[in-house]
Amino acid sequence: MNNFLINLGLLVLVAIAIAFWVLLPWQAAIVLVVLFALWMGLTRAGRRAASVASVGISTLGQRIGSSAVIVIGIAGVVGVLVALLAMGEGYSETLRNTGSPDTAIVMRGSSASEVMSVLDHDSVTLIPQAVGIAKDAKGQPIASPELVVAANLPLKGSTADDEGSVQLRGVSEQAWAVRPNVKIIEGRNFQPGMRELIVGKGAAKQFAGLEPGHTVKLGNQQWTVVGVFASGDAMDSEVWGDASVVADTYRRGSSRASVMVRLTDPKAYDAFKKELENNPQLKVDVSTTLDYFSKQSEGMTKVIKAIGITVGLIMAIGAMFGALNTMFAAVASRAREIATLRAIGFRGFPVVVAVMLETMLLAAIGGVLGGLLAWLIFNGYSASTLAAGTVGKLSFELHVSPELLWTGLKWALAIGFIGGLYPAVRAARLPVTTALREL
Amino acid sequence: MKYLHLIWAALFRRKTRTILTLVSIIAAFLLFGMLDAVRTSFNQAGQSANGAERLQTGSKLSFIQTLPQSLEAQIAQVPGVKMVTYANWFGGAYQDPHNQVFSFAVEPNYIDLYPEIDVSPAERKTFDDTRTGVLVGETLAKRFNWKVGDKIPMQSTIFPNRQGSKNWTFDIVGIMHAKDKKTGGFFDQMLLLHWKYFDETTPFNRGQVGWYVTRVTDVNQADRVAKAIDALSANSDHETRTQTEQAATANWMKQLADIGLIVGSIMGAVFFTLLLLSGNTMMQAVRERTSELAVLKTLGFSNHAVLAIVLAESVLLLLLGGVIGLGIASLIIPAVSAGSGGMLNLPIVGASSWILGVVLMIAIGLLVGALPAIRAMRLNIVDALAGR
Repeated sequence: MNNFLINLGLLVLVAIAIAFWVLLPWQAAIVLVVLFALWMGLTRAGRRAASVASVGISTLGQRIGSSAVIVIGIAGVVGVLVALLAMGEGYSETLRNTGSPDTAIVMRGSSASEVMSVLDHDSVTLIPQAVGIAKDAKGQPIASPELVVAANLPLKGSTADDEGSVQLRGVSEQAWAVRPNVKIIEGRNFQPGMRELIVGKGAAKQFAGLEPGHTVKLGNQQWTVVGVFASGDAMDSEVWGDASVVADTYRRGSSRASVMVRLTDPKAYDAFKKELENNPQLKVDVSTTLDYFSKQSEGMTKVIKAIGITVGLIMAIGAMFGALNTMFAAVASRAREIATLRAIGFRGFPVVVAVMLETMLLAAIGGVLGGLLAWLIFNGYSASTLAAGTVGKLSFELHVSPELLWTGLKWALAIGFIGGLYPAVRAARLPVTTALREL
Repeated sequence: MKYLHLIWAALFRRKTRTILTLVSIIAAFLLFGMLDAVRTSFNQAGQSANGAERLQTGSKLSFIQTLPQSLEAQIAQVPGVKMVTYANWFGGAYQDPHNQVFSFAVEPNYIDLYPEIDVSPAERKTFDDTRTGVLVGETLAKRFNWKVGDKIPMQSTIFPNRQGSKNWTFDIVGIMHAKDKKTGGFFDQMLLLHWKYFDETTPFNRGQVGWYVTRVTDVNQADRVAKAIDALSANSDHETRTQTEQAATANWMKQLADIGLIVGSIMGAVFFTLLLLSGNTMMQAVRERTSELAVLKTLGFSNHAVLAIVLAESVLLLLLGGVIGLGIASLIIPAVSAGSGGMLNLPIVGASSWILGVVLMIAIGLLVGALPAIRAMRLNIVDALAGR
């Protein structure tokens, strides 16, 4: 009964500690470490714990095989977790970068995305007259009516029959003023009225024949690729051409999918939105591009995060029990040593601290190793998926951010905490006489 | 088999350690079951026999481009074509534009081309007779709590109706069930409405169809028929691209992400970790039992018998954990799918995953058992008993 109560108490303690730990920012963790170091250096019990721990840590080399199991097991968990989370991070970051609070997108009412929206010619001419739109040097409102269609192109490194879908955007000259971050990095811009294309650098990487000077067939027309552009956001996965030529090829007449506008400043947005939505001649939805693109990425990011955490959790359970196993064995093989310490007057608490310190040290090494591996292999690794709300492949780069590495390390330490706690408590509670007789 | 009790007793000699190792193995195979189910379901999408018999014809320009309705009669004339139907995207959403529903406007004979869909004859009849009628998949109906007879408001995120509003109202006249849940889960999530009603109501369509589906009389002729269909509109302003349904689905899946690579690398990491953990356990177990093994040898067990016993022990450990893990995966996945009320439709752990799983268990068991088993085999009785 007594045993049972203690185990139950431990379980509650672990749950509280883990919940507390998950919410902890890194600054607080540093404070915690400093406090712990002070305790070790300044108090009697702390110094005892430190001396017991140093014995354990200095003998780690003799137990290199089983210690390596903990390190590598935890490195595996952290590596996979960080890689999966980096995928979600990279995806949402790409879409988040695409939008800004001072540009707005106008689409037909209740269209979930640009592909589904159709604005007729009247709306397209009416929208740029609203208040709050920035003007260019010539006094023209910076508003770009654009058209989005799906184009089939052969994928790189596959047979001719294997076609992928790329998002083809027909843009007006103002598209450059709305998105100042888009730069031509190779070749030149397309000429209005010509069947010329410029391609995003992500699209150029994924589809065959998207190099300046080449021609590609879209539908039954030949187009010449004249340049490559880079923007560092979702536009990198697109192919751009002149809006009226694209509309011709795809039989869209004078309709457009959306109008992108640059606002005088983010505060002008409310007035702009209000005017357009109250205009009886228009049935449109207005949102800032920041909102629009974050909303598009929401679902996918959630899915990737959920997968990452589920997989990480199951792996963590596996690794945790591995760590438990190893530490039980380590404690058992040192049972006599620990019992001797207790026989000469060491209390239980320093012993618990020492054993846990040892596991958490191994766990931290594993966590750093796993994070490092994930960073080396996956940071900047480009992946692609069919993005929600677009009709083409969206390429994005995995981004292993410092926050993710910190998350990985936190997981590693949590696994180490649980993996060390039970063996430590067992070592401390075993009657000295029994322990002295063990093995 | 004679020594099973011996192996069993050796396995549970140290209960805590064995159980801890078992949990690690269970976790690894639980993960394996779930990931492999995803992998196979991606590979199997569209792989049914019916999928090979059906051809999809869409615009070569882009998959959102429409084709003229007049093409139907021409396709029907192509030799080798048994039946042809067409459909359009509807872009339906329920209550919120982000609550999207797979919805197509279809010709009445659409269901005849998909024998995988099970609809009762009475419901089918009502569907044919009701202009505003829709058939909804089982899972979809569960997700939104729809019943036959309900009038449902739907938004189309693409098409307005004649009044310019994007709100449409439909009558649910029947529920579709997929005959094979594993390959046909998709059919349980669809909503089908009448193409004619759609075409007449939206001013934006004017007799255009999204894509054609053709059933061929002979699977081996599929390639020839596909080429013949594409030849019909070669050099017109509506060139087509025809593929078998299998090829089209495979193509589509490939665009989603390189699932195989991701799943493969996770599984690699998991099994590497697992190998280390259980290998370590086996080493410990054998080291501890050195004197016992020596006694076995003294009793007359041959070197090979000792080798076999140790190997059997590690294979048994892996099998025990692996079967429990895969079993949990098989149970959990349908439970999660059911619990989410159709929001999630996860693949199930199939026979192929089980076979692969058991092969892996035995292989890993042999691998981690090898080193300790060889050590046990080479044990010198005198040294071992003396504790040297």
